[in-house]
Amino acid sequence: MNLLSCSSNHCPLSSKVLASTSPPSKILKSSVRVRNLGWGERRDNMRNNRRVSKVVAYYGLKSPPYRLDALEPYMSQRTLEVHWGAHHRGYVEALNKQLAKNDILYGCTMDELIRVTYNNGNPLPEFNNAAQVWNHDFFWESMQPGGGEMPTLGILQQIEKDFASFANFKEKFIEAALTSFGSGWVWLVLKREKKCLAIVKTSNAVNPLVWNDIPIISLDLWEHAYYLDYKNDRAKYVNTFMNHLVSWNAAAARMARAQAFVNLGEPKIPVA
Amino acid sequence: MALRTLVTRKTLRTLPLGFRGLQTFSLPDLPYDYGALEPAISGDIMQIHHQKHHQAYITNYNKALEQLDGAIAKGDASTVVKLQSAIKFNGGGHVNHSIFWKNLAPIREGGGEPPKGSLGWAIDNHFGSIDALIQKMNAEGAALQGSGWVWLGVDKELKRLVVETTANQDPLVTKGPSLVPLLGIDVWEHAYYLQYKNVRPDYLKNIWKVINWKYASEVFEKECP
Repeated sequence: MNLLSCSSNHCPLSSKVLASTSPPSKILKSSVRVRNLGWGERRDNMRNNRRVSKVVAYYGLKSPPYRLDALEPYMSQRTLEVHWGAHHRGYVEALNKQLAKNDILYGCTMDELIRVTYNNGNPLPEFNNAAQVWNHDFFWESMQPGGGEMPTLGILQQIEKDFASFANFKEKFIEAALTSFGSGWVWLVLKREKKCLAIVKTSNAVNPLVWNDIPIISLDLWEHAYYLDYKNDRAKYVNTFMNHLVSWNAAAARMARAQAFVNLGEPKIPVA
Repeated sequence: MALRTLVTRKTLRTLPLGFRGLQTFSLPDLPYDYGALEPAISGDIMQIHHQKHHQAYITNYNKALEQLDGAIAKGDASTVVKLQSAIKFNGGGHVNHSIFWKNLAPIREGGGEPPKGSLGWAIDNHFGSIDALIQKMNAEGAALQGSGWVWLGVDKELKRLVVETTANQDPLVTKGPSLVPLLGIDVWEHAYYLQYKNVRPDYLKNIWKVINWKYASEVFEKECP
């Protein structure tokens, strides 16, 4: 998982640049040496030298951190094969195709790409694919074979602090999943401003990164995530996720990383 | 408001819901067997789609209406407002699916037969040909992100055909108050997943073989005589 950077100087696309009228080739030149060829030269180059350096952004399909049959019987191998192998792969390939046409988005990390293409609520066409690639990477890592049960240590403490008890959190999470209409996701996030955990519902491809919050756990509520195993029984899927699939280890790791960015408590400085 | 005065009389409080004027909805029967639309849409999908999904919308719609009724009677404005999204979603689901079942017909009952008469003429006029219309609807249906519907509708004010998409279970009227749906195609994943998995374009290509143009023509002729 990428570290979530608040402000990055590496991405040439701050919102100023998108709004500016300077030609994109300027940005590319700083990172990749592509000479601006004239029409005649370009044509000759194509004929003589097949390997003209063409700028493309490539994102790869990352495998889940377990075998495709490892989540049986709660999430079947068939589901993983179609969900990861067809849907997730489809998003990656569609994204690469879109980025190949649109050079201006080259050079971003995935997080930045999502934020930029979200465009403050008016998403660009690349947003759906970029966000879904990220969302699914995050989702596979939010599950583990032998998952479920209870979180321990720090993350349990924070849950108890923000939700009164783990049981209450679980109830609220399941309720959010069942009252969510259409395609979307449910997240446990750490809110940066409020410095607390919260449950958030999003629709389609939207994820909490666009509001600069830090996701800890996610649950895919698109029908393709559970239809082959549970058909219309979303309740059974959600309960199975909470009881047998959710990876509190991953959540704990993400929480630990998040604490580098969000100060969750005052340091205890002893009074002399 | 005669209903209100009736209800305040103590004697009527014990009567079941129906008598208070609150109409509950029930699952309409399909005019064909579940397996009659094969191989375009499998019998499994039709059965689950009808008996589980549509029924769930109806059940939740009735529940929401009941709660709404209670909230109105108590004058609880914030609950009334809070229930609107559940009513829009579940009520929309019921409305849309009721139209959808009528939009489909087995091949031997005329499914897939192109429209003749005024609708066929209007389609040729507006889109060039039936094939062009189908291409357009399939493109919009495939491009729709998440869950929703793709519609062929008629604007009854402007007497013009339109192709529109709606998200989730929003009925066509949410895109324009004078729009009347002629054909709707459900592109929620539950409508095709068991058979077509993620290949929505294949589903859209095949569903035209069982589309009931007769129903669409009837509605069109009623709105644009």
